[in-house]
Amino acid sequence: MNPVISVSRLSKTYASGYKALKEIDLDIRPGEIFALLGPNGAGKTTLISIICGLVRASEGTVTADGHDIVRDYRAARAKIGLVPQELTTDAFETVWATVTFSRGLFGKRANPAYVEKILRELSLWDKKDSKIMTLSGGMKRRVLIAKALSHEPQILFLDEPTAGVDVELRRDMWNVVRGLRDSGVTIILTTHYLEEAEEMADRIGVISKGELILVEEKTALMSRLGKKTLTVQMPSRLAEVPASLAPYALTLSADGTELVYSYDAGEDSRMTALLQDLAREGISFKDLRTEQSSLEDIFVSLVKDNR
Amino acid sequence: MNFHAIRAIYLFEMARAGRTLLQSVVSPVLSTSLYFVVFGAAIGSRMADIDGVSYGAFIVPGLIMLTLLTQSISNASFAIYFPRFTGTIYEVLSAPVSYAEIVIGYVGAAATKSIILGLITLATASLFVPLQINHPLWMLSFLVLTSITFSLFGFIIGIWADGFEKLQLVPLLIVTPLTFLGGSFYSIDMLPPVWRTITLFNPVVYLISGFRWSFYGVSDVSVGISLTMTLVFLVACLVAVSWIFRTGYRLKS
Repeated sequence: MNPVISVSRLSKTYASGYKALKEIDLDIRPGEIFALLGPNGAGKTTLISIICGLVRASEGTVTADGHDIVRDYRAARAKIGLVPQELTTDAFETVWATVTFSRGLFGKRANPAYVEKILRELSLWDKKDSKIMTLSGGMKRRVLIAKALSHEPQILFLDEPTAGVDVELRRDMWNVVRGLRDSGVTIILTTHYLEEAEEMADRIGVISKGELILVEEKTALMSRLGKKTLTVQMPSRLAEVPASLAPYALTLSADGTELVYSYDAGEDSRMTALLQDLAREGISFKDLRTEQSSLEDIFVSLVKDNR
Repeated sequence: MNFHAIRAIYLFEMARAGRTLLQSVVSPVLSTSLYFVVFGAAIGSRMADIDGVSYGAFIVPGLIMLTLLTQSISNASFAIYFPRFTGTIYEVLSAPVSYAEIVIGYVGAAATKSIILGLITLATASLFVPLQINHPLWMLSFLVLTSITFSLFGFIIGIWADGFEKLQLVPLLIVTPLTFLGGSFYSIDMLPPVWRTITLFNPVVYLISGFRWSFYGVSDVSVGISLTMTLVFLVACLVAVSWIFRTGYRLKS
């Protein structure tokens, strides 16, 4: 399957000499939700800005649906919608006027029925005649999404889409994004909320100091780099871990009532052996609890390693 | 050509003028009318005719030109500066539009507003002083050409400015004095020879002179030179705008 976005050896050095991106190679598959993660200043927004035509690349090429973003910018940009990180809106315009403007700007004939459909899907229909300045932050974010979708793009960039949005609205927004993916739109999102990427992304890319240090399927990544812990709660105190259990590198809690076993997410099979060895040592248990490290833990560990 | 985009930018800008009618239309028309009342009707009746034209009528082309220049610059500069200031420029820069289409949209709207204002000012003037237009087509040509040229100039200022103060700097400190000293209220033939020579370095002289010729058939410099100078300034502005977009000056890093 041909990538819908293809980034090849992309570098960006600003006039100040700061290297924001270093030879990035990245392919985005059609119809996926791709989450680009990275700490502040890692180069996420620069990468998005280059693809969308807001920043000029120093080296390398980018194609959108096969169209070079510089040589064939009209065709490339027509495929892309961008929701910027900042709530940059025309404060004095109405919702309807600003979304209609965006559609025209991207070369589409006026289509009130389509604009109405978007506004209804984003729960903005009853606000269509309101001036944007009167809307809440969450509603303004929706307006930006509506503007980005107004020209029926195949690819949607969401730069920190839920920044400053309350938990309820964030979940609501996730549903909107999933709905867009279901309708065939490819979504590339950057986010600080790792929970967001864990919840929605099909694939994860991690960028740090301008380098793309990892691109992987979310489930594979969490399975490969994720850690699990098994906590065994015992009915009575244990003075020390028997020597025969040393290969498991168990940790005994301070009060001696819990044994903690850490293992890679893909090594579930050793758990059975551990339980058998515990029984052999005469250690009984009253409860078992397993926990898996989150994407956030993996991300922190990856970025720390890259420092 | 992305006609939908040009239309969208143009209508967006025209709608903005519609929302701020008091500031966009009423205010400049009122201030220009005060010039007609004071210099045309009140003081003008005691002034001698210039080149066979009554003083009140003589100053009309210069005052219309003053409106055109200041309004063209102010409309176009604000139109492009405000999206830069608020950040909404991202949408225009990421849209499938060429630089020429962006300029046509913004400059076209600014020039249209100036032309409308110029015509309203002309209609207002006719209420206070007797007017004649010997060459109406040339009058319209100068009106349109000047509006487009100075809207382009305003567009450049809007890109260059990095604050609201700079946005006002050129219209207030350069264009208005040049217009006042460019023969709006007098014929430059009335000046001593040295000042007359110095005044000929003022580009606004050529605009007012050519425009006044289209009204009364009299001018300080030949119409051909006036037209040439206007076209030279238009080309200079087009070159500057082309450079801005080619280099991404203050638009793209």
